[in-house]
Amino acid sequence: MSPTPAPVPFIDGLRDIDSVRLAGSGHAWLDTARRENLEAFIAAGLPDTRAEAWKYTALRALGQRRFTHGDPGAPTRNVDPKELVLPGVDGPRLVFVNGAFRADLSRLEALPAGLTLQPLSMVLSKDPEPLRFALSRHYRETSDAFARLNAALAGDGVVLRVAPGTRVGKPVQLCFVGTPAEGDLAWHLRNVIELGEGAELDLVEHHVSNIAHKHLGTVVTDIVVHDGARLQHALLQNAAEESTLIRRGSLHLGAKAHAALHVLELGGALVRHDLHAELRGDEARLDTRGVFVLRGRQHVDTQLSIRHQALNTASESTWRGVADERAHGVFRGAIVVAQGADGSDANLSNKNLLLSGLAEIDTKPELEIYADEVKAAHGATIGQLDERALFYLRSRGLPYAEARALLTAAFCRSVFASLPNESLREHFSEALLAHLP
Amino acid sequence: MLKIENLHARVEGKDILKGLTLTVNPGEVHAIMGPNGAGKSTLGNVLSGRDGYEVTEGSVIFEGRDLLTLEPEERAAAGLFLAFQYPVEIPGVNNTYFLRAALNAQRKQRGEPELDSMQFLKLVREKLKIMQISDELLHRAVNEGFSGGEKKRNEIFQMAVLEPKLAILDETDSGLDIDALKQVAQGVNALRSPDRAFLVITHYQRLLDYIEPDFVHVLSDGRIVESGDKTLALKLEEHGYAWIADRDPALASEARV
Repeated sequence: MSPTPAPVPFIDGLRDIDSVRLAGSGHAWLDTARRENLEAFIAAGLPDTRAEAWKYTALRALGQRRFTHGDPGAPTRNVDPKELVLPGVDGPRLVFVNGAFRADLSRLEALPAGLTLQPLSMVLSKDPEPLRFALSRHYRETSDAFARLNAALAGDGVVLRVAPGTRVGKPVQLCFVGTPAEGDLAWHLRNVIELGEGAELDLVEHHVSNIAHKHLGTVVTDIVVHDGARLQHALLQNAAEESTLIRRGSLHLGAKAHAALHVLELGGALVRHDLHAELRGDEARLDTRGVFVLRGRQHVDTQLSIRHQALNTASESTWRGVADERAHGVFRGAIVVAQGADGSDANLSNKNLLLSGLAEIDTKPELEIYADEVKAAHGATIGQLDERALFYLRSRGLPYAEARALLTAAFCRSVFASLPNESLREHFSEALLAHLP
Repeated sequence: MLKIENLHARVEGKDILKGLTLTVNPGEVHAIMGPNGAGKSTLGNVLSGRDGYEVTEGSVIFEGRDLLTLEPEERAAAGLFLAFQYPVEIPGVNNTYFLRAALNAQRKQRGEPELDSMQFLKLVREKLKIMQISDELLHRAVNEGFSGGEKKRNEIFQMAVLEPKLAILDETDSGLDIDALKQVAQGVNALRSPDRAFLVITHYQRLLDYIEPDFVHVLSDGRIVESGDKTLALKLEEHGYAWIADRDPALASEARV
């Protein structure tokens, strides 16, 4: 017996693309792309755990829920701007509440020369043509269900461009805020980011929630870093405890381009983060570092895929996972060194800490090498706190919970040591400590 | 201050302490000597509350409280300090940060105000006069990459900052050369006071040349078999543990090891 596909999975009132009003509707190519992606999503539904990419993340419970598409009240939802403030981050800011752009909370005046920062909704309503390539993509695999959904229904997001040779002095902040509505919402954001040749950008992505809600958000982000450009990307995910957040990123690096990513995942009930990075130009370099700290019944799944496709490229990936109570963490790090990518250097380390006998972490580092003279190393561990260290701290007067938090924070600390923004680094450490039970 | 009566303890199902009785008063320095396996380190671990040590009989009263019912951190706040034989390396935890967190945790438990970073810094400078630690070690991760001597000095420095009522030195002399030993002993001597007591656990008499004990006890097969003043340590040095063994058959087998 073959499984019957779910009837229009979990989006209420959604029959076809014409029943949804989205920015950019009426442009034939965009309507077509949206319609086809929606049809593909409806036909195939959500992947189950037989799909390799979803082996450890079951979507059955999510698939049985119902969500409302978008939030008509988004423009007036009450959000305290203070909640968007991050130390050391005082540059331009683009804010989205329940998936919709909020000019009143954003900071877009006096943008530095060479920086374009606009909401996607605005770009689509004027001239979507420059985004045709990015937005007319078709996703072929059932495991891409959320990308299909996003491609069909995203009407807003970030369009960010840094002109060649431009060094953006202050960090640019992207805020994705979830806030309660009349019911459970599904919202979708599509971000397109491009750094021209030799450009430099410090980007801070912040997922935040002020009050409890159970929304589903999908965020698809394409980043292109052209030759010789440099990107610092810090991501703090502090979404509502019971929310679902699906993020998918692609990152393309040109010759001598350098991208550094620092991720701290704290919030959400069900969180999935896919990053597909391609080192396309010679001597491109990618550093990814991340931590998830989970408690309660949180489920966070990080899927990292890095392809070395050019000569003398380098990638360094350092990821840590901490799971307490009944939480479940998943990490998959796949590195491919393609044929011809000689002289590449790839390192992947994933260490995990289980703080409870009921917590679970699944980790799977993978390495495929088709080139010559490659230096590659990968390793993964799952362990517990060192009882000797715990006793040592307690014997000096630190209560059990404090000693445990101190050791857990120490376990994660090395990951953020390379984050250049000192105030933000400090904030990451504090947020991490605050999240420990 | 400390009253141990008929203490029996076992580790992994094996009886180690078999009826140990000892009283320590404020200001006193007691040395506990004995051959390997006599139960010296077990005594330190039981007193400080390490997991895996099961007390099967007897009692320990510290400052009027039943020590054995307290968590390790509560014992610390009550004024007990264990200088570890093998101080633990804790990567990622800054030495100074840790010490301030520990001191403030103790103060909080005692209902005393916590020290801010300026007050703490002042305290550290003061205590560095007692036990010299380089700036570099202060700012490194706890014990990480420290030499044997640096680790032991760090233990004594912590003791100086935490100001315990009773300090247990567990084989603090092990692995130290003579210069390091003297430095550590100087630190300990500077901390001697009429209201602070020490329990110095050691295998060798050597340390007692520099930290002069008021009482020396010989621990054998889980019990104190001989007590005396500092001259007892000298006799042990001269005659070896066999000298006690001759008078106590229980020790005879161990003394030949």
